[in-house]
Amino acid sequence: MQILLNGEARTLEAEATVSDLIAALDLTGRRIAVEVNEEIVPRSQHAQQGLADGDRVEIVHAIGGG
Amino acid sequence: MTDPIQDQPLQVAGHRFASRLLVGTGKYRDFDEASAAIQASGAEVVTFAVRRTNLGQEAGAPNLLDVVPPERFTLLPNTAGCYTAKDAVRTCKLARELLDGHTLVKLEVLGDDATLYPNVVETLKAAEELIKDGFDVMVYTSDDPIVAKELERLGCCAVMPLGSLIGSGHGIQNPHNLRLIIEQAEVPVLVDAGIGTASDAAMAMELGCDGVLMNSAIAHARQPVLMAAAMKQAVEAGRAAFLAGRMPRRQSAEPSSPFAGRING
Repeated sequence: MQILLNGEARTLEAEATVSDLIAALDLTGRRIAVEVNEEIVPRSQHAQQGLADGDRVEIVHAIGGG
Repeated sequence: MTDPIQDQPLQVAGHRFASRLLVGTGKYRDFDEASAAIQASGAEVVTFAVRRTNLGQEAGAPNLLDVVPPERFTLLPNTAGCYTAKDAVRTCKLARELLDGHTLVKLEVLGDDATLYPNVVETLKAAEELIKDGFDVMVYTSDDPIVAKELERLGCCAVMPLGSLIGSGHGIQNPHNLRLIIEQAEVPVLVDAGIGTASDAAMAMELGCDGVLMNSAIAHARQPVLMAAAMKQAVEAGRAAFLAGRMPRRQSAEPSSPFAGRING
């Protein structure tokens, strides 16, 4: 399946979860927040939340700013 | 000798802060410089932005939250770069998830790229929605006293008018409006944006602001760590001067030494 990850197309294996995606990106354990189709996916739900074709996923973190 | 400065802490949404200087984390050369400057500023509240993670960056790369650990600082995620209420609300929700349920946020909704002036219509919309959702909203706004009061009425925990445009360093362009906002406010008023140098920060505090938030004035100084220390002193001095109450201005001179007993008398 194909998702839109941080604005760019990305192909994932079928039935991938948010946790699978985070692991594939080497971001496991990092301080990030995840949104799928403009809804927050809480950390506690990452392992259960499946992704679907066409999902728009945002992964964000803290950066310097004022 | 007891300290003559007997001040109350700055209180925002149940938090209490000894320091009235709040700082940003942007525009520094690197994390080491940011860390040293934040340390020198004495700030307890530190604001940061939320952005897409760079995918493919190596694991173990330094993270801003390692430089300003949530255990040591009160973190203030901001909505910088948002131009609509919708984006600002999404950003705050992402920040709350990022910080495990943290509710204190700095709301800013911008009008255009050239001025970064607040879009107060979108700001009001976002503030209302965020407050309904349980956020504690410190809000960046224009120096319009009517808008400031309306944001307070909606339930914002602090109102933060600009001194001048974000990143301009033009200081406080309209002290009269700031005074109007301060006089009517029942929540803390902080100048956010426009501070250029230490005297600007002192002036904000002398006007009766409860605090000052700045980023560029420190980060873009030739020596950011030294400027951070200067800003700490300026905010403290301005606050003390406000509490002390300045002397009245006079039209004519008045000698400081007595006339009586002059040798030419």
